[in-house]
Amino acid sequence: MEGGTAAAQLDTGRQEMDSAVVRFAGDSGDGMQLTGSQFTQATALAGNDLATFPDFPAEIRAPVGTTFGVSAFQINFGARQIRTSGDELDVLIAMNPAALKVNLEDVRKGGLVIVDTGSFTDKNFRKAGYESDPLEDGSVDGFRVLKIDMSRLTMESVKEFGLSQKEGLRSKNMWALGLVYWLFDRDTEVTANWLKGKFAKRPDIANANIGAMMAGHAFGETAEMPEEITTHVIPPANIKPGLYRAVTGSDAMAWGLCAGSQLAGTEMLFAGYPITPASALLHALAPLKDFNITTFQAEDEIAAVCAAIGGSYAGALGITSSSGPGIALKGEAIGLAVAVELPLIIVNSQRGGPSTGLPTKTEQSDLYQAVYGRNGDTPLAVVSCSGPGDAFHAAIEACRIATKYMTPVMLLTDGYINNASEPWLIPDMADFEPFPVTYRTDPENFQPFSRDEFLARPWVKPGTPGLMHRIGGIEKDYTSGNISYDAMNHQRMTDVRRDKILNIANDIPEQAVELGNDSGKLAVLGWGSTYGPINRAVANLREDGVDVSHIHLRHIWPLPRNLGDLLGQYDQVLIPEMNDGQLITVIRSEYLIDAIPLNKVTGKPFKINEIENAVHGAIDN
Amino acid sequence: MTVQTAPEKLLPKDYATDQEVRWCPGCGDYAILKAVQKTLAEIEADPANTVFISGIGCAARFPYYMETYGFHTIHGRAPAFATGIKLANPDLDVWVVGGDGDGLSIGGNHTMHAIRRNVDITYLLFNNEIYGLTKGQYSPTSRLGTRSPSTPHGSIDSPVSALQFALGANARFVARGIDRRIDHLPGLLAKSHAHKGCSFVEIIQNCIVYNDGAFEHFTEKDVKAENQVEVEHGQPIIWGADGNKALQFDAKTFKLEVVTIGENGVTEADVLVHDEKNRLLAQMIAAMEPPHFPIAIGVLFNDPDDFSYEQAVHAQNDMVKQNAKHAGDMNALLRSGATWTVT
Repeated sequence: MEGGTAAAQLDTGRQEMDSAVVRFAGDSGDGMQLTGSQFTQATALAGNDLATFPDFPAEIRAPVGTTFGVSAFQINFGARQIRTSGDELDVLIAMNPAALKVNLEDVRKGGLVIVDTGSFTDKNFRKAGYESDPLEDGSVDGFRVLKIDMSRLTMESVKEFGLSQKEGLRSKNMWALGLVYWLFDRDTEVTANWLKGKFAKRPDIANANIGAMMAGHAFGETAEMPEEITTHVIPPANIKPGLYRAVTGSDAMAWGLCAGSQLAGTEMLFAGYPITPASALLHALAPLKDFNITTFQAEDEIAAVCAAIGGSYAGALGITSSSGPGIALKGEAIGLAVAVELPLIIVNSQRGGPSTGLPTKTEQSDLYQAVYGRNGDTPLAVVSCSGPGDAFHAAIEACRIATKYMTPVMLLTDGYINNASEPWLIPDMADFEPFPVTYRTDPENFQPFSRDEFLARPWVKPGTPGLMHRIGGIEKDYTSGNISYDAMNHQRMTDVRRDKILNIANDIPEQAVELGNDSGKLAVLGWGSTYGPINRAVANLREDGVDVSHIHLRHIWPLPRNLGDLLGQYDQVLIPEMNDGQLITVIRSEYLIDAIPLNKVTGKPFKINEIENAVHGAIDN
Repeated sequence: MTVQTAPEKLLPKDYATDQEVRWCPGCGDYAILKAVQKTLAEIEADPANTVFISGIGCAARFPYYMETYGFHTIHGRAPAFATGIKLANPDLDVWVVGGDGDGLSIGGNHTMHAIRRNVDITYLLFNNEIYGLTKGQYSPTSRLGTRSPSTPHGSIDSPVSALQFALGANARFVARGIDRRIDHLPGLLAKSHAHKGCSFVEIIQNCIVYNDGAFEHFTEKDVKAENQVEVEHGQPIIWGADGNKALQFDAKTFKLEVVTIGENGVTEADVLVHDEKNRLLAQMIAAMEPPHFPIAIGVLFNDPDDFSYEQAVHAQNDMVKQNAKHAGDMNALLRSGATWTVT
């Protein structure tokens, strides 16, 4: 199981661990996301592999001290390959009673809980829903608890910088970070440098934060710690050599779209409308104007997709982005893009549904919407990414398909992938094959809906002499594109729109087996952000001698041409999804395979043992 | 360098496609189509650089009849498509055509934002105060009490005034024409097109099937002189069969009133002179309607901004590009920020 396993005691007094899972939890104003990302940076530089899971409330500033205002950042890091953010916590840092209340259930038995007793007051107990002090009433029995008045110690450490009580207390997260740096033998310098840069205009604040962090670290070194508190060292992981950086799914997606439009040789028009958790993509692209990107914050979701289609019509690569509710609004316009056969990329950062649902929680419940969610017979390509770094490659693939086949492509990611970060072996653009587009300029025998060998129609930029033509959402004549209500023509157009998309299956790789054999007792078939837990679960099970394989889809539609045959090589197929069973419907419908569902919609990723248990349940029965 | 021969001057018919025009016989849209084709010939528009964008409705069939580039999109969203097109290629000459339901009901939001952003488009809103293509339901511009299949006992919601809406959205150019005024319309369209930024033109248009005669109280021969006034920048606002009706502004009541030159001591010197840069005046004359006032046609407001939206966007893009760290180098972008090497 992924998670902490203690190993040898070292001369330094530090215990060597294979991996550890740490969660920073506090009020949404406590700066836990920032603390977590700093710890991530320091950990990456220490050479560990890692995966993170930021989990924050929908409210920007929920009432202080309440359970629904708790913000958390989890990191799993280790001396081996890390594929998930971890099932159980080895260390929980709880900055207030509400953070303890929400997160304690995830701490493994015997795990370490560090609390700021400065915030453990009667008032905060009540706000968190505790009837008495949880540190005294047996709530934390079975855990190792380190009680420290971090609030007071932070104030003492920043006294010399002359900050107000309020400003000074803001450094509390840095005090806690300093302590955790000591616990895991991390270098404080990265964060110190970062603070100096971030608060370049307020050196007093930079110094206070650095002072608090150093004080937290020093506290660990000098204070008399209870005997059961041990410090750890986690050796560097055996990672493929090369140049690395930490990357979130949103950043990787933005860069992938950028790279994709460069490989296609087009300008990009990215039109979006603010929505959680998709906005980060707009934010990431807006500064990149030197990559021939124009970003447009439209008046609504519909205007965003329409402007993107307008951009494609004019010869740029039109891209829009949203989350489920916004994608629903875009549906009619996406249908138009299918009908007029223009390139378009629609990025869906999936979140909990239906309706507004759970805006900040992750889910995979828009697969039906992606594959089927439009009026009429309206096929398009659907591509999915399986993790933060993979978003880069999936985005390039979406650009390739959209421009080569003159079609909208739905590019699926989710809230977890967007926000999570992982170490990323930085690719070299020289390794990517360009796929330059050609715009039609020759008036000779021009027909707007004539088709090439891939059934794609010509892309003509308005402004091109001699090629004036009209397109629209009314059914078009098979070649001229003029309005046609002819019955057989509609049959023919419906057929060719379908065939064009299905033919993409001949232009994508055959489905490979991610881990395990290409036949056997059971295949776990996944898509999207379930990659990590499935892969680790299958690896663990295979170590125990279980005949199980992992297959993971990049292409949701069309499906890889060999997928049906491949799945047929296994006695059983298990499909874990963070929805109520959507890919499984497509698989059953396409291949008549009676796959086993494993569904979870709690707003949190699968745990490894949930998948292991499901595999055992299927094989052992 | 390629040497281009000067193109022959195109005639209005050269801007017409070979497609059969499918509006009802007698529809006001025919006259507008002719007026637009005539205008394009007059301004010597390059068909290859001209794009007509429409939404859904009778008016939205317009692009199919223009020998230019054309995109018949979805209901109400034409201004959003036009915005994307202008952002991707600011050099294109983009016209948006739609009806009152398209532009002021389902697409009211997009109309508002295209106007306030000042995207350089010419927006022709055909206002027939009815839904034609869906067979006669009342529209957002239908007058109170309009009986229609969906309002058999008369509509009970107040209509929107297209031009007041546009001015409220901070339009920099607002004009009004009438389908039957083919003498007036081409000149008006040429002025609208010449304005850089969003030009919003309401064209009063008769729906012969579902709302016939809705405007006859100011369009019929015998009443138009008394009930229409053509406004022109710098000219006194005068109309009437005898050319002696005029507008005066009463500063005490903050209202316009109709006066007769030669009566009660009123001379031409007392008459309100049209100032197309006066937004408040534009609001007041846009609101005028019979029977107390004539309906105003012509350029009601014209106060161009220094930049249109897409110009400003690209100016900013260019400025950022000049100071950009990575200058479009993808490898440099991927390697920016904190990195580390694993050996």
